[in-house]
Amino acid sequence: MKISEIRDLLGAEVLCCEEYLDRDVYSACGSDMMSDVLMYVKDQAVLLTGLTNPQVIRTAEMMDMKCIVFVRSKKPTEAMIEMAADDDIVMMASDMRMYDACGTLYVNGLIGTAVHV
Amino acid sequence: MSEPLIFHFDVDGDNFTSAGQASTQVKKNLRQLGLSPDIIRRVSIAMYEGEINMVIHANGGTADVIVTEQYIEIILADKGPGIPNVEQAMQEGFSTATDSIRSLGFGAGMGLPNMKRYTDTLEIDTMVGVGTTITMYVYL
Repeated sequence: MKISEIRDLLGAEVLCCEEYLDRDVYSACGSDMMSDVLMYVKDQAVLLTGLTNPQVIRTAEMMDMKCIVFVRSKKPTEAMIEMAADDDIVMMASDMRMYDACGTLYVNGLIGTAVHV
Repeated sequence: MSEPLIFHFDVDGDNFTSAGQASTQVKKNLRQLGLSPDIIRRVSIAMYEGEINMVIHANGGTADVIVTEQYIEIILADKGPGIPNVEQAMQEGFSTATDSIRSLGFGAGMGLPNMKRYTDTLEIDTMVGVGTTITMYVYL
């Protein structure tokens, strides 16, 4: 799925790295607990979260994730947006709740991260 | 690369915001060395979990990463409270973190299990009231 499709499906506002909306992603993970996110390794993934602190960006960076979506109308700080931009991670914000956002992406073909090391 | 490369970091225990900076730098360094993305990811995730643990539980410490042609060794040392029951601490979901730490996205009891998951060997040397040293190896 293209990141631009995620933006459209979730009605999300793009906060940085708009130039990478054409990238493909193949899996997604939704959680507010970063250690849960760190459990799963999957290439070119999307992180959906309602947590807004710099460790969200670092977690995505460690996992080589391509896109972060903040749900529940959460907005990151300018410093967080800069961090994501430095790492070429597309960041966006949606008004949708976590359950609805994950469900919407799943039924449209973006499956989860079922396999872990 | 005949001589081992050694990277040393002081991990600030007072600043949750900056936690993970050492792991970020190691990831960059390993990329420059041309190691495989899988190895780099395993090392950086394991180190990141350890770094977060040092900040949350031990008021910081030191991190050393040694890169040889055969392996990458990660040594995380702190002078924190120590781990009273290592077996319990290794169980997925077990955590002594406070609710305030959980509200920051950590303390789910996955830190040590994740460190073990992503490395080939993990050794914990800990003494209550003295500190903890964790040594991890990822073989190349």
